[in-house]
Amino acid sequence: MSPEFPEEPVDGFPTPPRTITDREGREIDLTEADATDLESLVEMYLAFDPKDRAQGIPPTGEDAIREWLELLAAEDSLHVVAYHDDDAVGHVMLVADREERYELAIFVLQPYQGAHIGTELVRTGLGLAQARGIEFVWLSVERWNEAAVALYEKIGFETTGSASFEMEMALRLEQ
Amino acid sequence: MRVLVGVDGTDHGMHALDRTIERAQEAGDEVTVAVYTADDSSLDDVEASVRDRLETASFEAGVERITEDPGSRLIELAEDGGYDRIALPGGQRSPLGKIQLGGVLEFVLLNARTTVTLVR
Repeated sequence: MSPEFPEEPVDGFPTPPRTITDREGREIDLTEADATDLESLVEMYLAFDPKDRAQGIPPTGEDAIREWLELLAAEDSLHVVAYHDDDAVGHVMLVADREERYELAIFVLQPYQGAHIGTELVRTGLGLAQARGIEFVWLSVERWNEAAVALYEKIGFETTGSASFEMEMALRLEQ
Repeated sequence: MRVLVGVDGTDHGMHALDRTIERAQEAGDEVTVAVYTADDSSLDDVEASVRDRLETASFEAGVERITEDPGSRLIELAEDGGYDRIALPGGQRSPLGKIQLGGVLEFVLLNARTTVTLVR
């Protein structure tokens, strides 16, 4: 169920690996993830506050988290992880739908929220997607989550779907 | 209890139908199946699969065809027909695992006076 996509493509996203300094002065490494990042991500999601779950993800409980993280090994999926020293503190994922358009979601561990890591993770994930020749990216967000909606808009996503509880947003990457 | 189950042509729709039949066979519910399409699939095909399912389960139920605006038609059917409950499929997930309620379910949840059950 892909939404409509904006006419105007967006460009200028950075690719991983890169290191940023967040608003708290922490050095954060953004790297493309593969199966070797699994244990770090399990740790991160075990520490994730359930109040920040969105539409049922991340799941709670180690078994459900591991099952969900099988997406790391899935074809047609891209992942960038934010590391502070050796700890995973953020994760952006893009997973293809049946129409080969990519759904995006992002998670940042609570002590690292509000420090600009989320924005840079999404931008870096989009840079990786662009480098892989992906044109269409979409996401859904609970419409009361104003901080997330503002973040996505700043990056260039446009609101496309208007179902009542969730809002769909989409972005076309410059090819 | 009188149950109106909404079934679109998806696997989730058929799952909702199966669960409603199972429960009805245990509890003696009277069931009406309202069929509609979730996308461009054919309503005849959905109705045929539903009738096939009912026959396989040896279960008698009325079948209503909804050709447009499934959300509001479901509510109208439930209220006019004095049903006790609307059952709807509600287990869809996006590619990366987000729960998706879908427009029909959202409309029914927000607008129905009837109790609504999500079948997952």
